[in-house]
Amino acid sequence: MLALSIRGLTKTYRNGVQALRGVDLDVEQGDFFALLGPNGAGKTTLIGIITSLVNKTAGTASVFGYDLDTQLERAKSCIGVVPQELNFNQFESPLTIVINQAGFYGIPRPVARVRAEKYLKQLQLWDKRNGMARALSGGMKRRLMIARALMHEPRLLVLDEPTAGVDIEIRRSMWEFLNDINAHGTTIILTTHYLEEAENLCRNIAIIDNGNIVERDRMSNLLRGLHTETFVLNLRDPVDVAPQVAGFVLTRIDDHTLEAEVSKDQSLNGLFAQLTAQRLDVLSMRNKVNRLEEVFMRLVEHKGTHA
Amino acid sequence: MPEASAVTAGAIEPSLNATRWVGFSTIVIREYSRIVRIWGQTLVPSAVTAILYFVIFGSLIGRRVGQMGGFDYMQYIAPGLIMMSVITNSYGNSVASFFGAKFGKHVEELLVSPLPNWIIVSGYATGGLVRGMMVGGVVTVVSLIFAHLPVQHLGLIIAAALLTSLIFSLGGFINAVFAKNFDQVNWIPAFVLTPLTYFGGVFYSVAMLPPWARALSHVNPILHMVNAFRYGFLGVSDVSVAGAFAIMTALAVVLFVLALQLMNRGVGIRD
Repeated sequence: MLALSIRGLTKTYRNGVQALRGVDLDVEQGDFFALLGPNGAGKTTLIGIITSLVNKTAGTASVFGYDLDTQLERAKSCIGVVPQELNFNQFESPLTIVINQAGFYGIPRPVARVRAEKYLKQLQLWDKRNGMARALSGGMKRRLMIARALMHEPRLLVLDEPTAGVDIEIRRSMWEFLNDINAHGTTIILTTHYLEEAENLCRNIAIIDNGNIVERDRMSNLLRGLHTETFVLNLRDPVDVAPQVAGFVLTRIDDHTLEAEVSKDQSLNGLFAQLTAQRLDVLSMRNKVNRLEEVFMRLVEHKGTHA
Repeated sequence: MPEASAVTAGAIEPSLNATRWVGFSTIVIREYSRIVRIWGQTLVPSAVTAILYFVIFGSLIGRRVGQMGGFDYMQYIAPGLIMMSVITNSYGNSVASFFGAKFGKHVEELLVSPLPNWIIVSGYATGGLVRGMMVGGVVTVVSLIFAHLPVQHLGLIIAAALLTSLIFSLGGFINAVFAKNFDQVNWIPAFVLTPLTYFGGVFYSVAMLPPWARALSHVNPILHMVNAFRYGFLGVSDVSVAGAFAIMTALAVVLFVLALQLMNRGVGIRD
């Protein structure tokens, strides 16, 4: 079954900006799906339409078979949303915020209280439940929005940059948490600018640019299609010019740093053998950018040059 | 972070009516909690204002005015003052609460929820009604300190108060839907509501006015509300009580439909 099905979705804002240009997209039930794109590509508009915060211009969308035009209440009952910007009442307590949100989804108060304890504990906010929400740290506020979105135990969780501005430790613990939720059956759609996050968490991916889906594939297929990767090599001894290495393109970045472009059918052993022959010791090596980032940049830049 | 234990995706769907009822009561409880939490802003000012009116207009000036409509001036203005507090607070609650939710973006909590717009409008309207009735109750108690208030028609008193509160609660909601900043929240109360209230027969009988002013006053819906309410207490009215209830009912329906249309079109809340 499809958790989300979108056909010909178009959005033109009153100022004439065309944010979506006939988007078609399917997300399978149980998927952990990444929706990526540069700023202004149409991600938030797409999510806004799914969650009823933005009126669409044309097209159809359904959530677990419920059409957004004709079965809106049923469709919205299936969705939990964690927006990009903070949108809770900063003068209410976390406990009040999550219990009220459950109420808006028809969850009776006694049930909501039990769930509030469960999710606030899971997201490490239980100790802060009675203080004012505005006193929470940035990471806690993000976690509060996740707890709030889970109160009605949605079948589809939409996360719009949930880890923006969150430190790496909390971000990784949030990844674990989201993975667990997904493993328990909740379909997740994630937008993020941290491509490492999308690569680690998501099984399928769509890249949106300028209001169009420019790529839609399994994450593994997309990464497999990556023809070259760029590695950064740290050298023991300084070099004045980039060494000549047959079959590889090397660029000198500074005295101790080289960049090497390696195609997917090339062996790194060949590169190292030639560097060793030239008495160049490599102390460490890392990817210049994350692999998904490489794909992303190529797709977006490619479309940009043809726009 | 501990494991996410039991998000049981695909649980049994509750009925839409059950969802709507719980959602509606949640909005009303949230509004009630807000009113009580900031009681110094919501409940007390009207009581203080009423005391000032009773002391200055009722006691000091009222003694020289003598009787009006066959009653002591203090008795005559008491229903009007109660109604004035109901109007101000019902309007103020809806406009402040809904505009605050827009401004703070937490209106999105409701917009993404499955609650239909008519439930959201009803919830906010009821929130305003709750505050209108609470403040009306407080001002009534204050009135009883200064004046003896006979009760001629209790049902009409309750009906007039409820309808008036509902009308202004919906009016405040509509104001909040359109408002883009705090100035626009204050314009209507300052430049429309206050003049209409003062010219709405709170402090005088329109029988005192010249014919043209009397005729003009009848266009003011607050005149009808105040007089219907006063009739419930004192049994006197400057307007037809049946006509007043017809006007109030029609206004409540029109404003509810208008608020609903604005929500459905997403005016001020959806792109």
